[in-house]
Amino acid sequence: MTKGGIFPAIIGTFYLTIGSSLIALPLGVASAIYLSEYAREGWLLRLIRLGIQNLAGVPSVVFGLYGLALFVVFLGFGVSILAGSLTLGFLILPTVIGASEEAFRQVPSTFREASLALGATKFQTICRVVLPSAMPGVLTGSILGIGRAAGETAPIMFTAATFYTKHLPTSPLDQVMALPYHIYVLATSGTHIDQTRPLQYGTVLVLISLVLGINIFAIIIRTRMRRKKTW
Amino acid sequence: MVATSDIVIEVRDLDFYYGDMKALRGVSLNIKRNQVTALIGPSGCGKSTFLRLLNRMNDLIPGTRVEGQVVFEGKNLYDEDVNPVDIRRRIGMVFQKPNPFPKSIFNNVAYGPRLNGIKDKKRLDELVVRSLKQAAIWEEVKNSLDKSALSLSGGQQQRLCIARALAMAPEVLLMDEPTSALDPIATSRIEELVEALKKDYPVVIVTHNMQQAARVSDDTAFFYMGEMVEMGNTERLFTKPEKQQTEQYITGRFG
Ligand SMILES: Nc1ncnc2c1ncn2[C@@H]1O[C@H](COP(=O)(O)OP(=O)(O)O)[C@@H](O)[C@H]1O
Ligand SMILES: [Mg+2]
Repeated sequence: MTKGGIFPAIIGTFYLTIGSSLIALPLGVASAIYLSEYAREGWLLRLIRLGIQNLAGVPSVVFGLYGLALFVVFLGFGVSILAGSLTLGFLILPTVIGASEEAFRQVPSTFREASLALGATKFQTICRVVLPSAMPGVLTGSILGIGRAAGETAPIMFTAATFYTKHLPTSPLDQVMALPYHIYVLATSGTHIDQTRPLQYGTVLVLISLVLGINIFAIIIRTRMRRKKTW
Repeated sequence: MVATSDIVIEVRDLDFYYGDMKALRGVSLNIKRNQVTALIGPSGCGKSTFLRLLNRMNDLIPGTRVEGQVVFEGKNLYDEDVNPVDIRRRIGMVFQKPNPFPKSIFNNVAYGPRLNGIKDKKRLDELVVRSLKQAAIWEEVKNSLDKSALSLSGGQQQRLCIARALAMAPEVLLMDEPTSALDPIATSRIEELVEALKKDYPVVIVTHNMQQAARVSDDTAFFYMGEMVEMGNTERLFTKPEKQQTEQYITGRFG
């Protein structure tokens, strides 16, 4: 348990993070567009919002089991990057939706009005004005959510992660090592605790640095965009 | 009644409601070609509402209702088969507060042509340059077309917004108090511009500033509490108003 290094785990976490973003960002932004630009106030909208709020409150282990049942078993993706990314993607979906809705709200209505007055359709206005103006906000909020996903263990332990593999993944259907799960295993399953403890702490440091790095990246985007934005 | 050739928009018996609130009552008037038509009246009398009815911008406000006709080039804008998006492409609008997009100067002006499907870089270049020249802002921005439109001064932003509207080659230009957020120098530049534009575009301009109406317009319509009280040649209206309310307003006894 003391050999092998954590490079595969770093790569695995990297893939899972990218994969979950690829799932959560488009879906979340599209949902937010529907909710804030198209949906009419009413019981349906209230129900959807309630659903999203509840989704945000679901314990991550439940996402893990749900991912196991739906993606790993039912859809037959197996324990894989794909299944793990989908699971993590749904975990951060509420965050992305929330961040996007907030970002859309901040786009002044005068931009929309100017676009519509030029004969743009609502859809063109959203694609060409609202979305580009809101993108920094969407990204900042979403990246913070993604940073959280990168550190989660429970959602990936049944869906994507394996404790040890010498191979780097070559397809989305491969299993991967991942930093949080690696830490979990080092902390709970070691037979030579005294030997694995330093490795465990080292891995924790790497993971924390990674999450911190992601968050700092988000903050940099936000401050740069704030400076540019003068409306 | 067929619209005679010097009339571009003919409004007949127009009523307008925000929910239950009747904001316009039985307004009828004509907008002529090659002219600046000013809409004046105290705040809240319905000038903006009326203006926004001319390019169907009020359609965007939920719960509104229109009765009557706005005949543009022989066709009622409020007929079932009219697409408001087409109307807004043909009738341009400039707002009270300059509202450029947070994009480059070039991309602001190219926005409308791109909506019309123009992708060719050379044609876009031509259109942008021509529109900026028409809006009398070319000299000031010709070396900074890639700079953000938000870096311009208020008056420049407003002329950019005019250029943006002109790039659509509109058949009519609507302006809602386009100088109310600007300083006197920027205001006089816009006024000169309006004068210059009228040979190519009929302009309808809302203003709460009577001097401005007197300076730039050929015809003036006076609105009061949702009704069009009096309309006529600007000079005549200001010197010999026919209605008592008009006289009271222009002599500053209210509003
Ligand atoms: N979006 C709106 N919803 C409800 N009422 C409105 C709306 N816009 C304007 N009004 C009302 O309609 C009337 C006319 O407003 P407006 O056309 O803006 O006047 P003006 O431009 O002459 O100042 C006012 O009483 C105003 O309160
Ligand atoms: Mg107004």
